[in-house]
Amino acid sequence: MGSDALLFYTFAAITVIGALLVVIQKNPVYSVLSIIAAFFGLAGLYVLLEAPFVAVVQIIIYAGAIMVLFLFVVMLLNVPREDAAEWDRSHPLYRPMAVRIGAVLAILLALELGWALSLTTGLGVGVAEGADAMSSVQKLGEVLFTKYMFAFEVTSILIIVAMVGAVVLARKREE
Amino acid sequence: MPIGHYLVLSGLLFAIGTAGVFLRRNLITLLLSVEIMLNAVNLAFVAFGRVAGTNDGQIITFFVMTVAAAEAAVGLALVIGLFRHRESLNPEAFTSLKW
Amino acid sequence: MSSLITTLTSPPYDGYIAYGIIVSIVFMGLQLMAAVMVYAERKVAAFMQQRYGPYLVGPKGLFQPIADIVKLFFKEELRPKAADAFLFSLAPIISVAAAYLAFAPIPFGAPTTFFGLLDEPMPLQVSDVNVAVLVIFAVASMGVYGIVLAGWASNSKYSLLGGLRSSAQMISYELAYGMALATVVMYANSLSLREIVDAQRGYFFEGTAFGFIPHWYIFPQFIGFFVFACAGVAETNRAPFDFPEAEQELVAGYHTEYSSMRFAMFFMAEYINMVTVSAVATDLYLGGWHGPFNIPAELGGGWIWFVIKLAFLLFVYLWLRWTLPRFRYDQLMSFGWKVLLPMATVNLILTAAGVLYFGL
Repeated sequence: MGSDALLFYTFAAITVIGALLVVIQKNPVYSVLSIIAAFFGLAGLYVLLEAPFVAVVQIIIYAGAIMVLFLFVVMLLNVPREDAAEWDRSHPLYRPMAVRIGAVLAILLALELGWALSLTTGLGVGVAEGADAMSSVQKLGEVLFTKYMFAFEVTSILIIVAMVGAVVLARKREE
Repeated sequence: MPIGHYLVLSGLLFAIGTAGVFLRRNLITLLLSVEIMLNAVNLAFVAFGRVAGTNDGQIITFFVMTVAAAEAAVGLALVIGLFRHRESLNPEAFTSLKW
Repeated sequence: MSSLITTLTSPPYDGYIAYGIIVSIVFMGLQLMAAVMVYAERKVAAFMQQRYGPYLVGPKGLFQPIADIVKLFFKEELRPKAADAFLFSLAPIISVAAAYLAFAPIPFGAPTTFFGLLDEPMPLQVSDVNVAVLVIFAVASMGVYGIVLAGWASNSKYSLLGGLRSSAQMISYELAYGMALATVVMYANSLSLREIVDAQRGYFFEGTAFGFIPHWYIFPQFIGFFVFACAGVAETNRAPFDFPEAEQELVAGYHTEYSSMRFAMFFMAEYINMVTVSAVATDLYLGGWHGPFNIPAELGGGWIWFVIKLAFLLFVYLWLRWTLPRFRYDQLMSFGWKVLLPMATVNLILTAAGVLYFGL
């Protein structure tokens, strides 16, 4: 196995296991830590795709800021662990009709996806073949501030709105 | 690496995220599963951008990350408000609009 | 045997060996710096307070860090029963790992050939990424987790409050830190630390009467340096911003429940973070390894200037701690958000205008 393939499988395994642990675990703090591990795996994959800037920005924004926010909320609310008593009769997986219909639909979906993928050409194209990578930050900046200028400005308004909204929503009501 | 591998990984992550949204009974883990889905989409964007040899995949990724940050902030503020109201983070507890 | 030596000293193996030497130099050097800082802090504090510091252990107390390490080694390793065992052990690991990792993209010397042993010059840097400034910022964001998990995992109210306050302080000051970094990046037109240091070669106003002022970025960017210095001191939780871990305030903040080697790891992580912030400041604002005259490679090369500047900045760190009283927590947060961030933003806008219109 080439070193590229080995690195891909390693990072992919880290990402998938991290994501699975998020969904499986009961303790919310462990879920947040698992998703951070998944983000590191994704950053490795971005580096393999020759996008180092996106990889570092992923760590800074997602793993460094958004997950800190999640962790703060989990710790301040003292979120209880989910225990088995909540997974009772009302859980969708325990209602028989839903399970049967859901299982049939899931199998149908998997079959259709497999059929569609088998008819798709170009799935074997290597990522590094074809065109060169455009990974320099300077080129990214040029395209971001010319072609996507409007989206950039709208995003800045979106962030201000979200900031104000979060502060207003989380405020204590004066009775 | 063939692009099919990256797409399968992206699809797998998206499926895991969707399963988390449907199966978990905790609002915070729900939001975390939504973040997993957004990251799966980011991976697909960057992979396709690399194959096409343009920058656009990476730039769209920035916008997705920014929107995810804004949505996480507002979503968590809502979760805090809901927790103050009902002292529970189970989505089943907020069913007063059900018939 | 001699054929083994000849294969090991020709490419590509000599590159690997040189790389291994650099990695071990950086690693050992950082640990040595932590030990030196332990001694220096106590001696400098003592002389500022007009007393002798440690003077019993070894000549002039030079073996005091060894005594400290031996003491910490032999202390009992406690863990509160209600603490989360996995997170309790993981938190100091994250702190120390982030502290060491942050030094990886920092160059500390010009490319050398190790006295002609290598075929081509190798930069004195563990990893030469071209987004080095962002990597440092990313690893600084990771350091917050060590503190917040330590506060949570100890399951005690002092620790939790200290951990949350400390991490809130760190993420608030990261904004001003990032803006100061962005200003220097704009000025030097590159994200790679080696190129930023290379852009600080030479002198301002060459050939005129003022030709002795070196082309360091601290001179045009003194506001940026002030912002970076304050943000750096606050990031490492050192005085005067050390409210969350001061003994008089919250017992000891997030590391209240830690003892022996886990406490030693937090301790070491704090000193190594100080070294990293000083090293980044040296590279960004003080010209890195450039000095008034070039020291030839046989006598050591440019990294001697780097170490001199680093030592000066670390002395300023100690000086600040033992001279200034500490900020109260709300004063600290309002300083970070209401004073430092607007200052950094205005600096960014002025620098952008200068670079665009005056070609600075």
